[in-house]
Amino acid sequence: MRLRTKRIYVFVKGEELLMALNDVLETGCPLERSAGEPLPRRSALRILVGSVLASLATMFYPIAKYIVPPQEAAADSGEALAGVAGELKPNTGKTFRFGTKPALLVRLTSGEYRSMSAVCTHLGCTVQYRSETEQVWCACHNGCYDLSGKNISGPPPRGLESYDVHVRGQEIYVTKKA
Amino acid sequence: MSATAKVQNWIDERLDLEELSAPLLKKTVPIHRHSHWYFLGGLTLFFFTVQIATGLLLLLYYRPSANEAYESVQRITNQVHFGWLVRSIHAWSANLMVLSVFAHLFSVAFYRAFRKPRELVWMSGVLVLFLVLGFGFSGYLLPWNTRAYFATKVGTEVPGQIPVIGHAIMLFMRGGEDVTGATLSRFFALHVCVLPALAIGMVMLHLALVQKFGISVPASVERRWESRFSRRKEIKFFPNFFLRELIGWYFALAVLIVLAVLLPSELGTKADPFASAPPGIKPEWYFLAQFQTLRMIPSKILGFDGELLGILGFGVAPGALLLLPFVEEKLGSRGVLLVRAGLAFGLSYLIVMSVIGYLAK
Repeated sequence: MRLRTKRIYVFVKGEELLMALNDVLETGCPLERSAGEPLPRRSALRILVGSVLASLATMFYPIAKYIVPPQEAAADSGEALAGVAGELKPNTGKTFRFGTKPALLVRLTSGEYRSMSAVCTHLGCTVQYRSETEQVWCACHNGCYDLSGKNISGPPPRGLESYDVHVRGQEIYVTKKA
Repeated sequence: MSATAKVQNWIDERLDLEELSAPLLKKTVPIHRHSHWYFLGGLTLFFFTVQIATGLLLLLYYRPSANEAYESVQRITNQVHFGWLVRSIHAWSANLMVLSVFAHLFSVAFYRAFRKPRELVWMSGVLVLFLVLGFGFSGYLLPWNTRAYFATKVGTEVPGQIPVIGHAIMLFMRGGEDVTGATLSRFFALHVCVLPALAIGMVMLHLALVQKFGISVPASVERRWESRFSRRKEIKFFPNFFLRELIGWYFALAVLIVLAVLLPSELGTKADPFASAPPGIKPEWYFLAQFQTLRMIPSKILGFDGELLGILGFGVAPGALLLLPFVEEKLGSRGVLLVRAGLAFGLSYLIVMSVIGYLAK
């Protein structure tokens, strides 16, 4: 409410404000209240400083907003083609693109398929399947996961998100778990 | 009057060169048994100028986009005349600069050159170290190879773990949720524009402060000098010390060229955002200690997130380093001893963890 009154005051007394500001600039002595002047120099200086600060803020706001990258449209359809039948031998794995992130498709020794996120929960490196240990491993900081995606050793704090695998004819599709 | 004398006269009349150069000519360098450590600051400056010169040359051919960066570096290395040399010198000089800036920092710290009134000299120097590490981190993404890609992924994920503000910092660094061409653009701008401007400013401030306070003498030498004034020994900076420094720079240049020629920097394979991190992937040697810490830290420590504690440590240590003169003062009478012990521990930690990280498979 107070702000509003002030604004109206500034609007009405616009010309006087200009005169007072001019006075401040010319005399360089803002704190002296001169008799007969409708707008005290102190207020004039406050308005001057306030407007400079406000103008700086209006300059920095777009810069700050500009620096933050805009949200990308989610290319996540919830389903991705992970590979074709016969591409993977038993006890091997491959990475594929699932939306904007890498994911892992593993063919177990039994021939069964498993799929999970390939983004390590530690610091985001891309994991791989290791046939010799039959585990999922991250080369960056030596994190290990089992074939259901559970973190079993090393620094990862959580397991990998596991996905559903659907074999349709010759193609292997992966979807997020419902 | 010869032509050069005329020009000199003309400039002198307007700028009063004598007055301008007086402080530099008055500058002296103390001479005692630890004086050789004084060369490290100048050496760092030498590598920094090499970086600017070779960096400008690389800019002539480098293209900062995810589709072209790797190929343009390949072209610099394989097709451009002496491109391999320029790139190798840039990479090696970066390594040697990090080494000399660390050596300078630790020598200054162990001799307690940061004590009153030189606290600001110390702080500006530590800020230069941070900027140098920033150069290293932003620089090695630029070739857009596999190692660069994963190093950047981890390096930007680390601040992303900070509670509340972490995600925003990560988004700001990456220019999106993932490390992409947008990250490359940002790192390029940082590496060739923002950091050089900041570093040049900070180095100039550092040099101006050194000029103002003069070169520090170790406390033990100072005591000896105070007991007998005749023991005090100094030489002029211009030309006496400067000429000795030049010899050092030539030596450094020779080492640099030998390294660049015999061990040219490799390019590796092009980054693939959807491929697994290859076995044996490691960052540059000056980030090996942090890398090894992240590898060894368990996922939970007393119920807290292990990596979060590690990352907090990465934040606290540089902060303590920056404020070292005040930390020493705050600790009171045992400050000198405790700070020395802390520095010795920090240095050994860096060395031991780097060696373990280097040897790790």
